[in-house]
Amino acid sequence: MRFELRGITKRFPGIVANDDVSLSISTGEVLALIGENGAGKSTLMNVLYGIYRPDEGELMVDGKPIHFSSPADAIAAGIGMVHQHFMLVPVMTVAENVVLGVEPTGRLGSLDIAEARRMVREVSDKYKLELDPDAVIEDLPVGVRQRVEIVKVLMRDAQIVVFDEPTAVLTPSEILEFFEIVRTLVGAGRGVIFITHKLKEALTIADRINVLRRGKVVGETAPSATNEDEIAEMMVGRAVQLVVDKHSAKPGDVMLAVRDLTVVEPDGRTVVDGVSFEVRRGEIVGVAGVQGNGQTELVEAIAGLRRAAGGSVTLAGRDITGDSPRERHVAGMAHIPEDRQKQGLVVDMSIVENLVLTRYHDPEFSSGVRMNWAGAKEKAAAMVAAYDIRTTDPSQAASTLSGGNQQKVIVARELSRDIKVAVAAQPTRGIDVGSIEYVHAQMVKERDNGVAMLVVSTELDEVMALSDRVLVMYRGKIVADLDPRTVSHMDVGLYMAGSRPTAVSS
Amino acid sequence: MSETLKSLRFTLLAVVAALVVSAFIIVITDIEALGNGDFGTALSTLRTAYWGLFKGAFGSLRAISNTITGATPLLLAGLAVSSAFKAGLFNIGATGQMLAGAMTGLWVGFAFQLPPLIHVPLALIASAIGGALFGAIPGALKARTGAHEVITTIMLNGIASFTVLWLLKTEAFKREGRDDAISKFVEESARLPRLFGFMGKRIDLLAHSGFIVALLATAVFWWLLRKTTLGFEMQATGFNQEAAKYAGMRTKSLMVVSMAIAGSFAGLAGGSEVLGLYGYASATVAGDIGFDAIAVALLGRSTPIGTLVAAILFGALQAGGRQMQVDTDVPIDLIIVLRALIVMFIAAPLLVKAMFRIKGEAKSFGQTFRGWGG
Repeated sequence: MRFELRGITKRFPGIVANDDVSLSISTGEVLALIGENGAGKSTLMNVLYGIYRPDEGELMVDGKPIHFSSPADAIAAGIGMVHQHFMLVPVMTVAENVVLGVEPTGRLGSLDIAEARRMVREVSDKYKLELDPDAVIEDLPVGVRQRVEIVKVLMRDAQIVVFDEPTAVLTPSEILEFFEIVRTLVGAGRGVIFITHKLKEALTIADRINVLRRGKVVGETAPSATNEDEIAEMMVGRAVQLVVDKHSAKPGDVMLAVRDLTVVEPDGRTVVDGVSFEVRRGEIVGVAGVQGNGQTELVEAIAGLRRAAGGSVTLAGRDITGDSPRERHVAGMAHIPEDRQKQGLVVDMSIVENLVLTRYHDPEFSSGVRMNWAGAKEKAAAMVAAYDIRTTDPSQAASTLSGGNQQKVIVARELSRDIKVAVAAQPTRGIDVGSIEYVHAQMVKERDNGVAMLVVSTELDEVMALSDRVLVMYRGKIVADLDPRTVSHMDVGLYMAGSRPTAVSS
Repeated sequence: MSETLKSLRFTLLAVVAALVVSAFIIVITDIEALGNGDFGTALSTLRTAYWGLFKGAFGSLRAISNTITGATPLLLAGLAVSSAFKAGLFNIGATGQMLAGAMTGLWVGFAFQLPPLIHVPLALIASAIGGALFGAIPGALKARTGAHEVITTIMLNGIASFTVLWLLKTEAFKREGRDDAISKFVEESARLPRLFGFMGKRIDLLAHSGFIVALLATAVFWWLLRKTTLGFEMQATGFNQEAAKYAGMRTKSLMVVSMAIAGSFAGLAGGSEVLGLYGYASATVAGDIGFDAIAVALLGRSTPIGTLVAAILFGALQAGGRQMQVDTDVPIDLIIVLRALIVMFIAAPLLVKAMFRIKGEAKSFGQTFRGWGG
């Protein structure tokens, strides 16, 4: 089967999301669709899956035009989609989830669960997915849940399977397993579209790579004919520095000391379990780990947004364990939060207001009661210029900015003052390659200015590239303290998965 | 800028749409004329009714005075709802806060004998404090226990109503020689001066300087939002409480303070009714004003200027409605229908869009609701 998109154009008010895009996929091959956020990948896939109808262009199956007016049509035509966020019912079993909506029924319409089990086993064996039909979803690791989604798609007889950012939630070893599954699928004659912004993965698994930029296909290539730098350049439209450019660190005094820090959730679960580490002036310490292993809570406890059940946090020799976020701010701590839209910004407020959100109480911007908006505007204009925030008017709402520029607003606000310690959580999540490069450069610059920097990220590449020291967090504990120059990605990945590399030369 | 204009246009169109639908109702309910197939008479009823509505609101000094009299408590209570909205709180309790302010203002008004220059401000301040304290209660309940302010303010309205009923029967408040729930008169020195007092002793010009107080309160609200750190904190909390917390704002204290500020506006509304309009308090002193204030805030999109304009519009409808009832057989209840229609059209922008065939503004739906939320 050969599936084609020909000259697809999709417009939204004020924006052309897809501009004359053509691509094709045949069964038995892997097509990687790569591009920055906002390049039009999701729109294109929604056209392919029958959620949007294109303004121009057509879809073809084996050379014949076809129209989708809903995902049901796309499924009937043999297209399956594995979404980034899984659509599973956590309290139900694998078999129950898989047959949801297409339940095999016995007499009187009762659910034939034995048949459902048999169907899951059959598909699972055929594609080596190793699924237990009776396992309950909420007990399963993320990688296995993804396989359940894959079974769902295969049971509906999909010839072309679309994966939307499938590796974002996986550990490095799960990613390798995922690649095996993709190879099995292709070997069994299915086609795979792999949407990603990770260059390395596209190069590893794809037969062909299509690069999208601003709604257009700007390049089509094959892994054998290209490299990371070239693809990155196609994505961004200019040469990009992929490796973080930095000298080795010159660590000074201890600026941030965390001792036996413990955080307990209201339901009694210990999410941060006796964590201790130090960050020195002039070094970047990275915390690697799969999402959900206590990193969020660790950062919030350090920033004062969450009460510590035990242990202490010391900033430049002063115990700040009981201090409020404001007191920590005044003491010289900067915090780049994990979720820029929910925490870091008030997106309905102006860029100016957001640039002083954590600093409005400084004498520079207010006199206790009255705001000094003239001063704030002046400073905001300076920050917009210095941090390359792309906006025509800083009095516009922060929601008008792209993700990368929103992040630059936070980085500008937090780093452009006299600070001793900076805590950055997921500093480049979901932003474009160009902005990532910029944010990384700013962080290295602050390090070289003598700031002690803690970076928490689930992107292993980022932690390895940026950090002078790498801590690995697993189930609330720090399980490794590593030197990124001497340790391999694979070994860090093993620590992240809770095991210990056997062949590590210690 | 263009967003402000767009929302202004939608508000105006909602008012126009409500007037159009009300016109249909007037014509259709003119059964006498329609029954005789006399369409012309029905239409002339409509013309007389709307002309009466306008005349009664703005057609004479007395009409303007009536409009102002109606708008005064609506504006102050409207600010109570708007200011809470800006902080992300839905204040249904303007009624209770008005009653609290009415009683504290009343007490200062009759319990002391002072020169007017001191007595009037003192009584007003007492009203504001009474409302603020009563308003702070749901704020504190939410901050401490997470109890939703919609529930607690509604319950506190009930508590306030019955407390007032009881107070009005106590020796301290009771008017001598009366067995019903009606209070003593406040001292003449505590009465808010008539707005048109310079015109001589015209008893039909009821507008009082409570309107000046309301205008000043609007200015204070504007200043608070635009110029103060507290206003910045309130709005940040209103839009995004998580971000406000992250930014080091004390969101729990802010809840209490925001509700106290809202309560003080409502308290002034109660005080100005007692000290300006009635000179005494009864159990119905707050009437439906606390609820109409929600519509005022909605119509005014919680902005200071918007609330002012909406309060004057509602005051005008109330004043004009009475004239309309006199001039035609159209009952004043139509004003309630008209106001309800305005609120409905504001809440359903898609309906307005369909009626006026406005195209390509898919975003306006969200904008309206964002305006409502903050």
